[in-house]
This record gives sequence, C-alpha cells and structure tokens, in this order.
Amino acid sequence: MTTPYVGRPTNRVDGIAKVTGRAKYAAEIPAEDLAYGVVVSSSVAKGQIKSIDTSRALAVSGVLQVLTHENRPHLAWFNRKYKDDDAPPGHHFRPLGDDQVRYSGQPVALVVAETFEAARCAARLVKVEYNSVAPETNLDEHLDRAYEPKRTKPGFEKPKARGDAHEALSRAPIKMSADYIAPAEHHNPMEMHASTVIWEGDGKLTIYDKTQSVLNSKQYVCNVFGLKEDDVQVMAPYVGGAFGSGLRPQYQLPLAVMASLILERSVRVVLSRQQMFTFGHRPNTKQSVQLGAEEDGALKSIIHESFAETSKFEDYTEVVVNWSGLAYKCDDVHLDYKLVPLDLATPTDMRAPGAAYGMYALESAMDELAAELKMDPLDLRLRNYVDVDQNHLGRKFSSKELRACYEQGAEKFGWSRRNPEPGSMRDGKKLIGWGMATGLWDAYQSSCSAKASFNVDGTVTVSCAITDIGTGTYTIMAQIGADAFGLPIEKVKVRLGDSTLPQAPLQGGSWTAASVGTALAAACEKVKRKIFDLAKKNASDLFAGQKVDKIAFKDGFICVKGDDSRGMEVARLLEFEGQESIEESASKKPNLLKQGIFGRNTHSAVFVEVKVDEDTGMTEVSRVVSAVAAGRILNPKTARSQILGGVVWGVGMALHEGSFLDHRIGRFMNHNYAEYHVPVAKDVDQIDVIFVPEEDGIVNPLGVKGLGEIGIVGTAAAVANAIHHATGRRVRDLPITPDKILGLS
Amino acid sequence: MNDFTYYRARELNEAVHGKTQKPGTRFIAGGTNLLDLLKEGAECAEHLIDLNLLPLKSIEPLEDGGLRLGALATNAETAYHPEVQRRYPMLSQAILAGASAQLRNMATNAGNLLQRTRCYYFYDVGTACNKRAPGSGCGAIGGVNRIHAILGTSEKCIAVHPSDMSVALAALDAVVQVHGTRGSRSIRIADFHRLPGDEPERDTTLGEDEIITSIDLPANGFPAHSVYVKARERNSYAFALVSAAVAVDVHEGVIREARIALGGVAHKPWRRTSAEESLRGSTGTHEDFQRAADLLLEGARGYGENDFKIGLAKRIILRGFEDALKKEVHV
Repeated sequence: MTTPYVGRPTNRVDGIAKVTGRAKYAAEIPAEDLAYGVVVSSSVAKGQIKSIDTSRALAVSGVLQVLTHENRPHLAWFNRKYKDDDAPPGHHFRPLGDDQVRYSGQPVALVVAETFEAARCAARLVKVEYNSVAPETNLDEHLDRAYEPKRTKPGFEKPKARGDAHEALSRAPIKMSADYIAPAEHHNPMEMHASTVIWEGDGKLTIYDKTQSVLNSKQYVCNVFGLKEDDVQVMAPYVGGAFGSGLRPQYQLPLAVMASLILERSVRVVLSRQQMFTFGHRPNTKQSVQLGAEEDGALKSIIHESFAETSKFEDYTEVVVNWSGLAYKCDDVHLDYKLVPLDLATPTDMRAPGAAYGMYALESAMDELAAELKMDPLDLRLRNYVDVDQNHLGRKFSSKELRACYEQGAEKFGWSRRNPEPGSMRDGKKLIGWGMATGLWDAYQSSCSAKASFNVDGTVTVSCAITDIGTGTYTIMAQIGADAFGLPIEKVKVRLGDSTLPQAPLQGGSWTAASVGTALAAACEKVKRKIFDLAKKNASDLFAGQKVDKIAFKDGFICVKGDDSRGMEVARLLEFEGQESIEESASKKPNLLKQGIFGRNTHSAVFVEVKVDEDTGMTEVSRVVSAVAAGRILNPKTARSQILGGVVWGVGMALHEGSFLDHRIGRFMNHNYAEYHVPVAKDVDQIDVIFVPEEDGIVNPLGVKGLGEIGIVGTAAAVANAIHHATGRRVRDLPITPDKILGLS
Repeated sequence: MNDFTYYRARELNEAVHGKTQKPGTRFIAGGTNLLDLLKEGAECAEHLIDLNLLPLKSIEPLEDGGLRLGALATNAETAYHPEVQRRYPMLSQAILAGASAQLRNMATNAGNLLQRTRCYYFYDVGTACNKRAPGSGCGAIGGVNRIHAILGTSEKCIAVHPSDMSVALAALDAVVQVHGTRGSRSIRIADFHRLPGDEPERDTTLGEDEIITSIDLPANGFPAHSVYVKARERNSYAFALVSAAVAVDVHEGVIREARIALGGVAHKPWRRTSAEESLRGSTGTHEDFQRAADLLLEGARGYGENDFKIGLAKRIILRGFEDALKKEVHV
C-alpha cells in the first residue's frame, strides 16, 4: 500500500537522469551526418548592412554554406506568420529577414560547416560592412517619447485609476515620494539556447529545441517556412532552465531549420554565452512611487508610474504597476505605465515579469513610508491589509492567507525583536539590518490536455506536450498518476516535451502545475472509469451494482472501496481483453464563470537579514525567511526548491544583476558569466521556506496556485530595506553595489 | 577560434626555441584564461606549446631563506601550501580571494601573472580596443568603465590587471625568474607588469621568447602583520573593484617598514615608495595612514562610472592597515 504522493516530499523522478548525464539536452542530441551552424552577430546596433563578404569564410575547410539575408531561402511574407504564442504586438523580428540592423548582436549570418570548430572559425571571417546610424538605447534620455501601448499581449491589463490619488495625496499628513531604477537583466539559464534539427528526409523534420513550449516552436517553424504540421515534430525532453527566455522561439531555431532545409541534412545551432545577451531581457524600468497616509498608517493615496523600455518593432508589455492597486487597502490610486521604444531587442518575460520590478518599487516605498511614520514596516502592512481586490470592483479573493504568512514568517525570523533605528545593530565591522516585504503573483490556470494510459504490463503512462524547465513537472505528473491508480511512483512513466502529445500551454506564469495537473487528473479519472466498465463486464460478481465513486485502485488492482481483500488485477483484465492499454485524454479549461468573480493570487512575506561591511560596502544576506501562501502544495520538496531559486534570484536582483549598455554603440557590454553577476554559493546563506496552509476550491480543481514566480517577488525590496536598516542609506537604483552603499556613486 | 597545432614540450629550451621558430605560437599551461580568449577571438594562436610537462611545479625553500614558487604549481597548491600559509599568509589570502575553486585548481602561478585584463571591450571583438587591436581606439574611455583604472592610465588604455596574487607578490617584492633563448634572468615584480602608455598591447616586460620558471619570495613574508583586503561585487568569483595587500613591520609600537600594493586600480599592482616611506617611524595613527593613502592615490582620476574607486581605495587602504595591525604578533 502506498500513501498518496501528492502533498508528500517526493524526489525528482528525472533526478538520476540529470545528475548522471543521461538526460540529453537540445545541444546534445546525437544525429547522423550532423552539420553545425554558428551565428554571426551584428557589431552595430542600428543601420543597414552595406555588404557581406563571405568568401574567406567559405574558403575554410569544411564550411558548407554561409546564410545571409541575401541568399536565404524564401520565408513567409506576412507578419502574422512570425507571431508566436508569447509575441507582443508589433512587427516581429525576422532572422536574416532583410538588410536592416535593429539592435546590437542581431544575427546577420549563419555559417554552417561539417564541424562546430570550422563553423566557429569561419564565423570570424565573415566580413560585414554597415551603414550605421547612432542608436538610441538610453531610457532616461528618451522618456519624452513614452507612450501608452495601444495593443497589448493577451493577459496584460491596463492599469486603472480609482478615486483621486493626487488630491488625496495633497491632503495626507504623511507622505513619501521616490524614484526607483532597475536595469535590464538577462535570463542567463545555464543551458544556452540550442536547436538540433534532424532531417528525416522528404522535408520532414524532428527538432530538439530549447523552449518553454514545443507547440509554440512547432507552430512558428510551420508558419515561417510554410511546412505542413505533419512534417514537423518538436521535442524538448529536458530544458536546462529558461526563466522566460524560452517562451518565444529564439533565433537559433529558424536559423537551424533554414540551414537544414537548404542543405537537406541535420543541423545544430547553439548560441554562445555572449549571444545569450542578444535577444529578450527584463526591461530597464524607471518607476516613481508616491504614498500618502494618515498618522496611524492608513494609506490614503498611492501613485505608481512606470517607464519601461521596449524595442522599436514590438510593444512588450508587462504588469508593473497594477500590483500597487491590489496589495493594500486604499481608495485613491493612480497607476500609469508607459513604454519607451529603443534600439534594443524586444524585452521578454523573465521570472515574475512586471511584479519583480513593480513590487520592488512599491515595497521599497512602503518601507520608506513606515520610516516617515515611525511605524514598524510589518505593522504598516497589517494596518492596510485588504480582503478584497480593489482593482476589480472589490471582488473577493479565492483565498488569501497573507496574514498567516506575515505571522509565521515574522515568528520564525524573530521580527518582534527588531530595533527600528537604522544602524542599531552591528557585529564588529559589519552593520546588521532587517528588512521585509510582501510578495504577490497571479494564480492562473490555462487550457490544457493530457493523456493517461494504463498498460498491460501494470504500468501507467502519463503524457502532455508541456515542458519541464527544471520546475519539477515530470515529478508532479508522476505523483498524480501514481495516486490516481494507487501505484508506486516507479510504475509511472512520464512523457512530455513532445509536440505530438496532448496540447499544453506555454510553460510560464506559474500555471503549469495547475493546468497540467487538472487535465491529467481528469484523464486518469476517465481511464479509471473505463477500467471499471471492463471490470464490471468481466467480474460482475465483484462490481455489480457499484458506482464508480465506490471504486478504488490499489497496487495495480481495482476493488471496491473499503474491501481491498477482493479485487481484480487491472493488467490481467487488459490481458484477458487482449488490450495493450487503456488510454484516455482529457482537456480542461479554466472555469472562467466560477473563477472570474474572484481575485486569484499567491502571496508571500519575505524577511531578510543583511550584514554590510562598513568599509568595503560588501553585503552578505545572512538569513531569509520566505513565507508563502500558494494553495495546495503538490510536492513540498520541489516546491521548496522553487522558492529557494526565486529567493536567490531576488538576492541577485537586489545586489548583483544588471546588463550594462554602452549607449554610444547600443551594446550590452558585460555579456559573460564573469562580469554579469548572479549570486554564487558564498552569497547564499540560510533560507527558510514556510508554506502556509491555504485551501482554495476556486482557482482550479486541484487547489494549486503555482510557485515559479512568487519566490522572487518582494525579495529584492526586502534586501534593499534591510540594507537601509543596516546602514541608514536608501539605494533606489539596482543593483545595490558596494559603491552605492558607501555613497560613492 | 581558429585551428591550431598543439605540441607538448618536454624541456625548457625546447619550449623557448619552439616559440621563436613559428610566428603565432603561444604557450599554454592551465589555459583558464587563454582558452576563453581564443574562443572569443580576442587572441589568436596558430600553434600552442603546452608547458605542463616541464619540471616547474615544485614549491621549495631558497638558500637566502625565501621560498620558490614553481611557475607550474597551481594557484590552489600554492595557496594551501603549509609554508606559504605559515610564512606568507597575505599571499595565500590573495590567491584564495581570486577566481573560483575550480579555476584555482587549474590555473598556474605563472599564468596568474600573465592573465589578461577583464576589460569588456578587450573581450568583445565587435568593439574598439587598443590592447586587442592596436590603433582601433579605447572603447572603455567614455564607455562602460566601472571596473577600470584610476591610476597610471594612458589615453590609449584604462584597463586594469585583474590578478589578486600579483598584488600580494608586489607587496612582498617577489622576483620573477625567466628563461629565454638568451638564457635566464630575474625581473623584479615591480618591473614585470607595465603601465599601458603607448603600447597597451604589452602587459609585461617578458620577452617574446621567455618563459617564467619560478616566482621567488624573499625571506620576509610579514606573517605577523599583513592582510589582503578585497572589495568586490559578490562574495566570491568576482574581480576586485579595489583590493590592497598590506604588510607592516612594527617594533615597540613604531612602524619600521610598511608595504602597500593596490589591485583593481591600474594596469599593474600599484605601489609607491613615497606612501610607504611616509609611514616609516610613525606610530600608525589614522592620520598617518590617511596621509599614506593620499600619497598612494595622488593623481588618481576617474573616467565616469569608476569615479567611486578613488574613495573606495582610500577606505580599503585604511581598512588594510587597521586589519594588518590588529593581528596578534607571532612569537
């Protein structure tokens, strides 16, 4: 007898394959007669390609082809053919589409050779002449041309004002006002973007792509190259992190397909680490927040305005300011969000897009207001706790255990012992500070299908086209399958990341567990019902007159609940019936009528301790407590890992990360792991994760809210607030580097 | 990266002669820097001569009481060597403040001295860099230069030398032993790295045909009062914004000798006799150290994003002296 797996800490079912190297990623898939492509990136940010001389590259032994905008094959004409499931509105970028350079690092040629080494060598010899124009990449210098996006991505909600925030602010006795600046950041998953396109003959392609949606990649390839759906299969069995960078098909995919179609052979294109800085990123954002309050801390006015960069060809939007209308009780709120078009690649969703920066600003501002009020920062949040979603006419929340997050997080952290005075705690040369912040994210469910199959060998196969970008999707699918049939988890085989499998959404937004889980649970129920029908037919004595809800599955047997002494082995049943398996698919859409009348969010409270060296300005984040309310936790082990990863990102966002532009040439300069800093092991100390119990019957049938993003939201603000508490210095410009802490920059 | 030949030298003379025979020949030992540079196209090699088989790995005492660090001993072996830890703790600290454990396991001592700058423009072949492509201009001047030099710069180059180890070696007055086609010679560490001037492409005074055979440490390693302080943007695996190797010889409350070298501020470890001399005979008050800091930083200038380094360097210098003197005196 197995206890349920769902809700129990369960090891990753793909863990051993990953740590032994058996798991093969897009750049590692073996293929016969494979050719290798290396991308040539533009060294200018804006202008026109005057000429491309490929003669020296072609002379390198082993070079097969150099593809440029001049000799590429025919590509789709209409803009809509380049639209993908995560594309913002605009004129979508076309790799090797024409002679125009739109941003620095844009692909301008693909060198294909018999070996990777030959391709790389030849790529250096492609001589590109440009008529270049001075690029515009400085957000601050171009705020005057900011506009409100007219067309936006589905899911983006324009911020709405309520009341009269400016009037309310003018009347508020206590107020604060500050600007917060956050840099462009790049996703930097450990696995570089790669596509291995296997030429199957007759124009048929099997593509291994680094992506967060095999279906999105497939549709894009079919549309751009005019291929038939049946001729293209896209696989992504393993993905080495993506964090949003794989939501849109990246340019290595069409370039590899292009080369494969022309050469009629298999082609692999892998981007270099440097080239990982030549597509989407979290946009540079400048925010201004003004808060007004009564003497007792009651918020009277919230004004939150944001400028964010986008490219000159697409309007990338994310929800930055709306959180400020949602987080706290306040009747007078003004929110504004504008885009500034620059000569850069279009930004792309990156872990908690919008909320990561928006909540950094709001939660920093709340800390500043608490200081003005001489009020404890946690008390200020509790004073303004809200039980309804004021952004949407005061609808109720499907569940909101944020108060418990505050209580349990504060208790674990020891927040009540905090001396409010900045600079009041020290350990030798180190100034100690405590800060906290609130985190918020949406609890989504997307339409999804899944398949379950009980096999004659007694195993169960569960499958879905969804990817597992490292979040633990393999494992929760196995858990759900195992529980449905009362089987040990080893008996469940999971298939995912394959475009021939049932439809799945993009893997993003923290909706995967809710969406796939719901569909898969339904598919399993259908299989069970079918098995029950068979059982009734074959063993009427056991099951006659029984209803399906009285049926149980245990260790491969079907039996009547409460009487597992008598049952029928399902595998025998299938054998008897001459069936290889019983297979059923289910599709589940979110119940919008039921869900839409509720606000649906995950919540967290983050508490941080920092130690700042008063001479060097270097910061250690010595303790973090992240208390999370995210509905039902399917797997506390992988769930904890998700929050740990999110918290480390938040620390990096606060202290380390930033892509730095040379505006003269419109180019990100620190494009490698040595100079683009993310936290290393020594930057990560004690992190406690608390999952606050939260029941939710609204968000989806599983009661799951998702965990991919919530860990990062609020963390950067909590670190910044802790640094202020340690040093008395408020740095409003991320990342908070030693020079800023010391007041030298 | 282009195709290159690869050859393992078994004798020193074979290596140095091999280098002069074919243009485009480079030596490789740990390869932790050169391979990156080759892959990014910042450097080219037609031929690589691997030095790892040469008998230059040992760490052994010298007759004058000093310690010889083999050119091919790894950074990790050196930092954790009991004699280095006991007698030259500042050097051990400096090495361990650099790179990551994995890199230190591969990187050699000579390679550490010879590593190239981390200037963004030097690495990015799509941009101008006089060090990589003489005459193409300096992208860092007026560009992204947060990590760049404030001292000893030229209008051609404002790159810094990225080594932590070299900073401690400079403070210790180490001597670099080299061997070339014309025989062996010694180079004082102060003369080994150079300022960019009009030839930023030249990092050191090492001849084209020469190999470092060892780095010799003098007998006095200032074990009682020395420290390596490093300010950086994360707690490991980041190059210095500013670092300082500080060593003091104190007798009855009076400073007999002081050494200070800075990292992260110039094209070479930055020392100045005037600063060190100013402390001789002083009792080491805060004002004394501040004066020394001012002397050491005289003429420092920022290039915009790195202006903060001047103020940061002052703090690091003072912290270095404070920490060095705080240490208990070994008996």
